[in-house]
Amino acid sequence: MNFDYTEEQTLLDNMVTSFVRDNYDWDTRCNIVKSEEGWKEENWKQFAELGLLGVPFDEAYGGLGGKSTDLMIVMEQFGKGLVVEPYLPTVILAGGLISKLGSEEQKNLIIPEIISGKIRCAFAYAEPQSRFDLNDVKTSAVLNGDDYVLNGFKSVVFGAGMASHLIISARTEGEQRSESGITLFIVDTKSEGLTLQNYPTIDEYRASEVIIENLKVSKDNVLGKVNMAYDAIEEIVDISTIAACSEAVGILQVLKDSTTEYCKNRKQFGQSIAKNQVIQHRLVDMMIEYEQAKSILYMAVTADLTNSDERRKAVSAAKARIGKAIKFVGESAIQLHGGMGVVDEYMVSHYFKRATMIGVLFGNTDYHMKRYMTLTQSGISSSDEAISVSVT
Amino acid sequence: MDTAFSNEDLKFQSEIRDFIKTNYPQELRDSINSKRKLGKELSREDLTAWHKILGKHNGWSAPSWPKQYGGAEFTPTQKYIFEQECAKAECQYIMPFGINMVGPVIYTFGNEEQKAQHLPGILSGEVFWCQGYSEPGSGSDLASLKTSAVKEGDHYIVNGQKTWTTMAQYADWIFCLVRTNPDAEKPQQGISFLLIDMKTPGVTVRPIKLMDGSHEVNETWFDNVKVPVENLIGQENMGWTYAKFLLAHERSGIAGVARSKKAIERIKQIASSEMSYGEPLIQDPAFKAKIAAAELELSALEYTELRTLAKDSAGKGPGPESSLLKIKGTDIQQAVTELAMEAVGYYANPHLGTTLSNEYVGPDYATNLSGTYFNFRKASIYGGSNEIQRNIIAKMVLGL
Repeated sequence: MNFDYTEEQTLLDNMVTSFVRDNYDWDTRCNIVKSEEGWKEENWKQFAELGLLGVPFDEAYGGLGGKSTDLMIVMEQFGKGLVVEPYLPTVILAGGLISKLGSEEQKNLIIPEIISGKIRCAFAYAEPQSRFDLNDVKTSAVLNGDDYVLNGFKSVVFGAGMASHLIISARTEGEQRSESGITLFIVDTKSEGLTLQNYPTIDEYRASEVIIENLKVSKDNVLGKVNMAYDAIEEIVDISTIAACSEAVGILQVLKDSTTEYCKNRKQFGQSIAKNQVIQHRLVDMMIEYEQAKSILYMAVTADLTNSDERRKAVSAAKARIGKAIKFVGESAIQLHGGMGVVDEYMVSHYFKRATMIGVLFGNTDYHMKRYMTLTQSGISSSDEAISVSVT
Repeated sequence: MDTAFSNEDLKFQSEIRDFIKTNYPQELRDSINSKRKLGKELSREDLTAWHKILGKHNGWSAPSWPKQYGGAEFTPTQKYIFEQECAKAECQYIMPFGINMVGPVIYTFGNEEQKAQHLPGILSGEVFWCQGYSEPGSGSDLASLKTSAVKEGDHYIVNGQKTWTTMAQYADWIFCLVRTNPDAEKPQQGISFLLIDMKTPGVTVRPIKLMDGSHEVNETWFDNVKVPVENLIGQENMGWTYAKFLLAHERSGIAGVARSKKAIERIKQIASSEMSYGEPLIQDPAFKAKIAAAELELSALEYTELRTLAKDSAGKGPGPESSLLKIKGTDIQQAVTELAMEAVGYYANPHLGTTLSNEYVGPDYATNLSGTYFNFRKASIYGGSNEIQRNIIAKMVLGL
């Protein structure tokens, strides 16, 4: 039993850490998020050169064959720097779906392009009424000759404005909330029938509303089997949820450390405010929440993610618990920074905002709590062999 | 990162499992269960029988002790497995005072005669120890203790009062912090660590009844007690160093993850039988949410403990992070004892095993759950209150 990184993982960790240190100082980041594009292509090129865009992909397509621990390492460091480039939407979410469902031809065509940094993708799944339910799909796809015709609306699609391609979930059969009957389509973002309304998010990332009107998609651009996409969507969103949790843990570390430093330096009544026991205990509780968040992330990362029940349980446990930690650490960080906490100019509010939005991403605390309970309510959980699976 | 058990670990796990199955006496299980349910005091034999069995088997009564002193010297993973298996089988836990507390102090700071005199009895479970730290005026501020030891010839004369002496009613020996230099510059500098035979004239034990009616703790009085100077551990006035060493040992393993896991499993069973709104309580959204919250916290704590163990095995030592395990571990123990009490509804009320009633009432699983809840309020207070643990982290980890 150990929680150490392998030599390769240590190298990866060092590499991403240096990238953030050298290319993502606070002023640089501020300029990026204020720019028209909302990201920096130069950084993306560097991700490609460093091999980061290939981390989770199979070696057969030019990837590094990384596992959940490797993605955790990348995302944790990105969290520490609040890196806004669309790594999660492109590499983990869309990339994950293509790896999981793509035909050989599709994989050979698309994955190397992602790895080389030439294209970016985004996954359009949420709809105004669906909230976090991946099975709630109203957007329709009707076969007409060799083409499907899609109509509908997709909400808050992260990274769509930077993407050359979208993966869209649409209903080819069944009721609005039926798990069967959902099909995935890959489309060019410039296609006729597709309108993107781009906007910044409160945490300075970019997202889009996607309006789909009589969008024609060739049968060849179906990803995976018709009507059968749900299981893969759930799995890849689960994997992406662990990635989001990793980013959150990176952010929580910054919030905890910077708040501790701030309290040591801030003087009131002639002494550092960290001399007050009420402040000390709040800082200790922030540390405890951070450590608990990190621990449950490790639980999820080392769980047997190939077993779907085990995966669902581990992911929802982690997301729900980390959601709690985000709220406590985030709100405490702002409170202990006093006036400096609430201004836009100082970093801490930006970390708090990103962490809070990660709390919403892929389902909030209550949503995952309910999913966890549904998975564990039927009698006694067999926690016996909980620690018996190896992932490196 | 790798949380898998190696083949050796798995072999070790089944070895422990088999050993417990074959050697844990059914009579002991029955005796303890029936007393627990009636809130009755466990006997010295109940508390030490399993200890004695483990003591005869490769030093398993002392998982952390080095082999040279007769311990098992388990690896951190083995310790984790051992604790898990004992908790799963609901084995009576080993009294910590000898094995976890004074034992390591004696083999680390004691002389050869002291090791030879005391370690075998601690290991075998034949000699019962208790702890003389707290005093009426010295709780969290332990260093302010007043019990005095004055050297007269080849004896110390000890006078004063200790309190919260857990299981002193059974103890053969007590290890005590005593003041040997009242004029030291700092209170920590005038303290010594003394081993005292409870049969010495002048030692008096008086019971303190806790709010659940149980008798676990006592007042221990010392009235001109003559203690041979050979019973001093290490050097005179250096007792505080040994005391801190002991407290760090006390805190490790205090998280009780395996036992809380077992407790949640039991609550789920109870809540499957209890009905609310015509449905099993386990289906009640509010109750279910509380169970799930406890499970998540425990799952996180389990990995926090594993991370600490892994660090420990890499020789990096547990350190003040063990305060985190104490805070969270006791939080969860308290949450779990509360949930168990809550699960049985009205049957939280009967107080059995008193002189007024000696009959069972209500469902078998319900007895004394409220007693346990009330009893466990102690957990966030003992071993350094959880507020003191936060002070330790603030100072030692965050550098405040």
